[in-house]
Order: sequence, then C-alpha cells, then structure tokens
Amino acid sequence: MSTPGAPGSAERPAGSLEALLAAKEIVVCCGSGGVGKTSVAAAAALGAATRLGGEVLVLTVDPARRLASALGLAGIGNVERLVPAEALAAAGLRPRGRLWAAMLDTKQSWDALVLRHAPDEETAYRILDNRLYHNLTARFVQSHDYIAMERLFEIHESGRFDLVVVDTPPSRNALDFLDAPRRMAEFFGGRLLRWLTAPYRVGGRRGARVLNVASRPFYQVADRILGSQFLQDIAEFFLNFQSMYDGFVERARAVERLLSDRRTTFAVVTTLEAAPLREAEVFCTELARRSFHLGALVLNKTLPGYLLDATAAAAADRCVRDAGPLGAALAQAGFDGLGDPQRNARVLATVGDSFRNFAVVAAREAELRTELRRLPECICDVPAFEADIADVAGLARITGHLFGERPIP
Amino acid sequence: MRAPDLLGRRLLVFTGKGGVGKSTVTAAMALLAAEHGRRVLVVEVDAKGNITDRFEHPPVGFEPVEVHPGVCAIAMDTEASLREYLRLNLRIPVLGRIGPLARVFDFVATAAPGVKEVLTIGKVCWEVREAIEGRADWDLVLVDAAASGHVIAQLGAPRSIRELVAVGPVRQQTEWMSALLEDPAVTALNVVVTPEEMPVVETIELIDAARAQLAVPFGAVVVNRVLPELFTHADEECFDAMRRQETTAWLAERVGAGVVPVLDGARLAVSLRRTRAVHLTRLRERVELPMLYVPYLFSRTHGLRETRMVAEALGAELGL
Repeated sequence: MSTPGAPGSAERPAGSLEALLAAKEIVVCCGSGGVGKTSVAAAAALGAATRLGGEVLVLTVDPARRLASALGLAGIGNVERLVPAEALAAAGLRPRGRLWAAMLDTKQSWDALVLRHAPDEETAYRILDNRLYHNLTARFVQSHDYIAMERLFEIHESGRFDLVVVDTPPSRNALDFLDAPRRMAEFFGGRLLRWLTAPYRVGGRRGARVLNVASRPFYQVADRILGSQFLQDIAEFFLNFQSMYDGFVERARAVERLLSDRRTTFAVVTTLEAAPLREAEVFCTELARRSFHLGALVLNKTLPGYLLDATAAAAADRCVRDAGPLGAALAQAGFDGLGDPQRNARVLATVGDSFRNFAVVAAREAELRTELRRLPECICDVPAFEADIADVAGLARITGHLFGERPIP
Repeated sequence: MRAPDLLGRRLLVFTGKGGVGKSTVTAAMALLAAEHGRRVLVVEVDAKGNITDRFEHPPVGFEPVEVHPGVCAIAMDTEASLREYLRLNLRIPVLGRIGPLARVFDFVATAAPGVKEVLTIGKVCWEVREAIEGRADWDLVLVDAAASGHVIAQLGAPRSIRELVAVGPVRQQTEWMSALLEDPAVTALNVVVTPEEMPVVETIELIDAARAQLAVPFGAVVVNRVLPELFTHADEECFDAMRRQETTAWLAERVGAGVVPVLDGARLAVSLRRTRAVHLTRLRERVELPMLYVPYLFSRTHGLRETRMVAEALGAELGL
C-alpha cells in the first residue's frame, strides 16, 4: 500500500504493475473522461511489450491524433496492426516482445456480429440494410460499451495475444460497459421484445402484417404517437434481429464470464480531482461488489510532491514579502541579466505567488488522496508532464512511472 | 470577435468533452443570469445528477426546485417526460396503467432511434416555449447537455424523427421544436473546453459536425481552466537568469534552500501554460467563434464559492 498523503509515491515496489501485466491476459483500463486513460493503457502495453515480451495488444477507442500516429495507428480501423519496430527503436527501446495496436470501429464490429449470428445471409443483409439498424448501432446507448467488450472477447478468443490492454469507451455512467453484456442479453431475451413483436409474427416472419392490434392499449397509444407504419418498421426489424437471439445471448454471457475470469484484471485510472476521483471510487466499489479483479489504481497527472514542501512554502513567502529588497540586492550582486531591480522584484514575487497557487492545488490533491478507500494492492503515480504525450518516447516516460522506475532518458 | 449576448437568448445549451467542467460552467452561467435579473431553469440532461452540487443543493428530480435564488433546476427523466407529453399533448390520461406501458415505451424509445432524444429535447423546447409565451416561472433555460457526440443526436432528434416517422403527432411536434432550436434569437449552443489536446480536438470535431448536421446557432466556446501567463518575454529571461546555479545558490542563502523547488514550480507553471497555449491557438484558428476564458482556479473548495468565481469570470468576459 502506498502511504496516503505522500504525493510522488512513485517509489513503490517496481514489481506491482509489472507483475500484474505479467500474470494477466486482459487489463481493462477504466475511468472517467479526460483522465488520460488512453495514454496510460498505451503506456502499460508498451511496458509489457518492451520489458516482459510476448505479443501485446492495446485496443483503444479514440486516441489523440498524435498518439495514434505515434503508434502507427493513423487511419486504421478494427484490424490489429503491429507498431513498427522503428517507432520503438526511435525512442531508444529494444523490445523483448511485439506491440500491436487496434482502434475500435463500432460500426464494423456490429456488422461482423450480425453476420456471425444471423441464421442465414439473407437475414443478415436484411438487418444490415435496415435504416433502423444504422441508427441503432450508431446511437443505442450501450452500443459502444457492448461492442468494445465483444471485440475484446473476440480478440482474446483468437489466442493471438499474450496480453490485451483495453481502453474502455467513455461512458456517461462509468459502469455501463460492465452491464452491457447482460443488458444486451436481456434486450434480446426480454419478454417485452417478444410481446412487442407478437402481433407481427402471425402469418410468417417476413411480410407479417398487423393483426388484432387494436385490442392492445399499448398499440393504441403508440399508434397515435408514432404512426403505425413506424411501429411496424420497428417490429419487423426486431423480428429479424431476434433470429440472432441464441447466438447473441450466449455470446453476451461468455463476454461477461471473461470479464470476471481470473485472467482479467481492471486498472482504474483517475486524476486527483474531485469529480474523476469520485467516479474512480465508485468504480472500485462496484468492481469489488461484482467480484471483478481490481488490479491497480493509476493516479495520473499528479503534481510533484515538492509543492507540499514546508521549506519551499517558507521560501515562496519570502520571495513575495521581500521581493523589493531581494530584487535590489540581486541587481547589486552583478549577475548577468539581473541588472534591473524592479524587474527582479516583480519576477520574484510572481515566482513565489505561482508556487503558493500550485501548492493550494497540490494540497487539495493530497487531501483527496487520503480520502481514497478500498485501495487495490497496486497504486501508481504518474506525474503531470510539462508537454503532451506525442510519441513513443513520451509513452515510455509514462511506462517508467507505471513500472515504478526512473523515466527512460 | 464581440462578446455574444448570451443572456438575451431563451435557450443556452452547454456541451463539451467529459471532465472539462461543463456542469460548473452551466451553473455559473445560471448564477450570472440570475444576478442580472433573469429567472432561470437549469435542465440537467447528463444523468450524473450532480449539477445541484454547484449550488450546494441536494439532487433534484423532474419537478423544478429552486436551488438558488432565481435558479430552478430539474433533472431529465425521459419516462417522466413521456408521461408529461402524453398528458399535455395527446390528452391521454396516464394513471396507474403507465407502469407497464411506460416500460414498453421506454423499450421502444431505447431501440427506436431518436425517440429518447426527442423526449429529452422536447421537454427542453416545451419549457422554452412556455417561457417565451410568458407561461413559465422562468425566462431563460440552460441545459447541461450530454457530452459532445451525443448532443448532436439530441439536438438533431427532431430532424431524424421527421426522416423516420411519416405521420402522426410526433412528426408535427418536431416541426415547432426545430423552429425554436434553429432560431438565433432563441437558442445558442455553447461548447465548454479546456486548453488540452483531446478536449480541443473533440471540440473542433463537434463544431464541424454540428455545422454540417444541425442548423442550431452557436453561442460561444468557453475555455475553462486557463492557466495564467506568468511572465512577459523580458521577465522570463530574468527568471531564466535566476535559475542559473550561482544565482539560485545566492537566493538560497537569503530565502532558504526551499527556493529551488519554488523556482521549479514556476518553471512547471510556465511549461504547462505554454503547452496549453498551443492548443488554444489551434482552437482559436479553427472554430471562429467567440471565446470566453475562465481562469484556472487555484482554490481550495468546490461548490457555490467556485461557481461564483466562474460566474464572475464569465461576466467579465461577456462585458456585463
């Protein structure tokens, strides 16, 4: 356990995350939007590929452009692509294994799913051509969540990779993706769906017509709101979709089993800000409740510990308080470029003031850190970098912190 | 670019990538509007249910509750919205039977594209129309909308519904909704962003997509958490001179060894600001919309105090 209240506890036993990555086959990175989940996932995968070896895949959802191009991902979709050895070599890395990257394409994945589960090709294409299907896959609330887990399952099942690090889609509700397989199964298995399509089943699957609908209050209402043609469109669509029921439900259950399997672990990524941290805590609690394995908590973009240093705070105070005399004395001391006493004073006051501002934020972070409960065994600190992560070398710096080592120069 | 007259509109929608401070900005704008004599309704669409935290008020439901003097708030609930819609528009008595009926409808609404979105945006438009016609307790509606991406589906719902539904009351309803949403005297879509890579990229994409797919007028881009510029160019040279070893040693003798981290801290502040400035420049060049800047708050607390500080910054930016 890291000591709460001690920022910069990057000096954790180097083994923890490394050991986790070595022992597991799937690492699911989750956390609220904007915490740097994608970079952390990529850095963890990079670390595993370079230091542990084997075939390692990072499956990501929407990486920053420059990160994508750094990984050789620019312009590709669902297909896993090998990160070129030159890209790694350029960052001074001599990997023991190979790093692959793939980007989730929701539409493509859905189409593949339909083609797999539809009873015959004709049904498959009837679904794929349906205008409701297009809207459904693009907008259905759990669509992204489910498809990410489904792709994960498919990739894992292929057995091509020793480790898959997956970056979960940003959910409005942090845990939606955990429920997605179950919801999908319920959706297809639901009595409501059967009930809804029941009037249209009479007289064969295709070309079914409304029979005896008027007797049902639901249809009376829905008909007045949406119009019967639209309702019929929906029902026909679901009739086709339902033909995939068995395969789909079985698959959704398998996905759920994989998530709770011992070979899978979760890494919760957060910054030390109130809202993301609250989400992270909900995550940790929920993972525990569902008996999923919480492997690591990654505190990303943390401010350096020296901002909490008491002697630094005192020095900052003096810089502000004695800016005038200090500035004058500096000018007299004859240092290059420090001949203007007023400028010196202004700069010293600004420097001291800025320190005190950032110290307030660092103190806030430290306090939030003490509030962390249900900590997993492994907590990693990744400091706020002065520049964006734009290339493999940048990722390797994150890796260094994740693995509890000095950053690679 | 001139500051837009946001408070003169009837509907202000705020969207942006998760984690950029969308709810805080929405709440601050509500506070600002209330301080300028507007009666405000805040609609929370994103289901997190914590915008009322910004007023230090417990969560609210679908019924409006005054969370701050002059500011009412509701949390969107599509089932409640449906119930209200049925009652008000179709004169369908919805009593005990709504239970199973709503479940079925919720199901259809989830599956049928645009229905859930139209119930959400429909409720918003309804309140705006009531406000315009003087029947509501408010004259300005603020929406803490879904994160970028989903908001296009919501604002575009009246249109997509028209494409799918040939006849029926829903189709008719969508026409006046579009008219309100597309009227620049009524509606302004605002995007909240922080000067970081991903939020900026997403904002540019969102604005492009909104321009291509919607006819909803834009208000402003609110840039949140802008770090202060510490030094002028000449002052920065002076700062660099102080960071030379001999100067730092001289300073350490006078103010203590702690001066080293103090200088490091300022260096970090300068670099962070500089990295962000690149993204800001890119944003400014690409979006061509009025920008409102909210400084990074080096504050201890969240809640109403923070909301007030952001409101103050927005007020200054809007020239109020």
